[in-house]
Amino acid sequence: MTARDLVLGRIRAALGDTPAVPAEVPRGYRPAGSGAADLDLLVHRLADYRATVHRCAEEGEVAQVVHRILGGRRVVIPPGLPPHWLPDTVTAVTDENLTADQIAAVDGVVTAAAVAVAETGTIILDAGPDQGRRMISLLPDVHVCVLRTDQVVAGVSSALARVDPRRPLTWISGPSATSDIELNRVEGVHGPRHLHVVTVPRA
Amino acid sequence: MRTFLGMPATAPPGVGHLRGEEPFPAAARRALGDAQLRRNLRHATTTIRTKSGAVIGEVPDWQQLRAAGRAIKADAMARLPELLEQLEAAVAAAGGTVHWAADAAEANRIVTELVRATGADRVMKVKSMATQEIGLNEALEAAGIEPVETDLAELIVQLGHDRPSHILVPAIHRNRAEIREIFLREMPGVDPDLTDDPPALAAAARRHLRQTFLSTRVAVSGANFAIAETGTLAVVESEGNGRMCLTLPDTLITVMGIEKVIPTWDDLGVFLQLLPRASTGERMNPYTSMWTGVTPGDGPQQVHLVLLDNGRSAVLADQVGRQALHCIRCSACLNVCPVYERTGGHAYGSVYPGPIGAVLSPQLTGVADNASLPYASSLCGACYDACPVMINIPELLVHLRAQAPHPKSEAAAMAAAAYTMDHPALYAAAQRAAKLSKLSGPRGRGLPPPLSGWAASRDLPEPPSQTFRQWWAER
Repeated sequence: MTARDLVLGRIRAALGDTPAVPAEVPRGYRPAGSGAADLDLLVHRLADYRATVHRCAEEGEVAQVVHRILGGRRVVIPPGLPPHWLPDTVTAVTDENLTADQIAAVDGVVTAAAVAVAETGTIILDAGPDQGRRMISLLPDVHVCVLRTDQVVAGVSSALARVDPRRPLTWISGPSATSDIELNRVEGVHGPRHLHVVTVPRA
Repeated sequence: MRTFLGMPATAPPGVGHLRGEEPFPAAARRALGDAQLRRNLRHATTTIRTKSGAVIGEVPDWQQLRAAGRAIKADAMARLPELLEQLEAAVAAAGGTVHWAADAAEANRIVTELVRATGADRVMKVKSMATQEIGLNEALEAAGIEPVETDLAELIVQLGHDRPSHILVPAIHRNRAEIREIFLREMPGVDPDLTDDPPALAAAARRHLRQTFLSTRVAVSGANFAIAETGTLAVVESEGNGRMCLTLPDTLITVMGIEKVIPTWDDLGVFLQLLPRASTGERMNPYTSMWTGVTPGDGPQQVHLVLLDNGRSAVLADQVGRQALHCIRCSACLNVCPVYERTGGHAYGSVYPGPIGAVLSPQLTGVADNASLPYASSLCGACYDACPVMINIPELLVHLRAQAPHPKSEAAAMAAAAYTMDHPALYAAAQRAAKLSKLSGPRGRGLPPPLSGWAASRDLPEPPSQTFRQWWAER
């Protein structure tokens, strides 16, 4: 008897005569698509968890914001990042199978995002071409994430409806933090200690 | 024994950390004498209760989410075999390998062999209750493999040669000054001028683990959720140590209790709203990672999932008790429990402390092996109110007390009482005789042994001057 057969057999025996029909789930909670995608709320929530938010009136301003944050420093970028987001003042290293050590050695990373959740102040990356491998938004100490305002949704259910579970997903709510010392939240442990979110309207 | 194969089985003794070395009352008595421990716990649980209450108050449909969470878990338990098979197929289709482990020893063996096959002599670990439960670290060490805990609180516990005392914050019993002492003593190359400022302590952990993250080729994790429909696993964390372990190594081994499976992707949304607010008191924890098998070119290319029974099938066999398997390990019940707040987690013996531990551990091991835990509660019900998936812990405690072994004298006394109450003349005589209890002194303080032991911590009620029946007859 394999372990698989043993475990499944035990579970079936444990359930006994209980009919294996799906139980009725009361879904009275707010469904996906309900509520307004409130950019102001997102900005408030992000700031509340110590992310720095930069609101741009047009996409042309993104490069200036990146310059102010990372000017004069080396940044890693995903292969599909729009080149006009980068100022001349940063040294960009495109992630083409860089090693973890190479990525850890740069000062910052600039990525796009897939979705943002206003209610929780969450940015979701799905490893798309403008976001890159999960590793690049993890190892550098400064993460600049450019978010298009039409990527904002109201709540968690709406966000799940927008992303593809087959892609590796990273949900980011503020910079790396811990509550492990006396249950107080302290920012800055292993992930990027500085999270900058740059919001731009869709051109 | 052959005939019992396939019957639900409790977690075997001798491996893992589900059984304490002494009963709860003895361990609790010692813990209660530690004033520093009580101060640390009171501070931490008060902080988290305040934070959690505030962010739960922001959610207009919190009760609807709780009700949905409970029902989704009940549904998953009722359809567990089909959901696990669905999960297995989806993970395999995405390039992952699924293993089944009937108990702790088998899970430890599977993980050890998987690590050995990579040639690695070190693994890095994301905080995981399942691997604590099965004693994986000890098993790896016995095989010459060094396990490195990367969660800050687990690191504090590991460096302090200590045991975890809380589901979410295993080092909750340590304050900042104690953590600084542990770091100064145990962390190689630590700055001798390290202060006890929490950001400075966090920064010390960052420096300490950085090279480990970059150079370790195998990671072991647990999983908060597994979605049967898609084969997706999810890990919820704060520090980024989880992301490091889930992203940087070549090989990722995830050990997950079979009860963690949920049916659909949409169901995940319910739990992602419930867990952070109930757990750390955040609207959302800093990082949540989700992965489905292997993603070519991104993250570990060898992905394993170990599905663990270790007593869960026995819990499932109890129609009342099985709701303990709905637990999402948020630890809200610990943070509101007046007993936990005073004794701390170590007194419970098992890696699952607090109210949920008091109902889960005895069921996983069989009640006889954790017989004192169902009594580690005042039945105040705060845990039921706090539970984001509405597990009726007080009901379970009472249910398990009925299963715990009782002394023969108690059964004899109860039988005598039942007989007396069945016979009106005897009952009237017994009520008159109750006045004789005045002989036992005020509040029972004058009772002889062994009753004096009972009265040492309890007051015997003063008998009224006349019984109800006497009063009724006279009016």
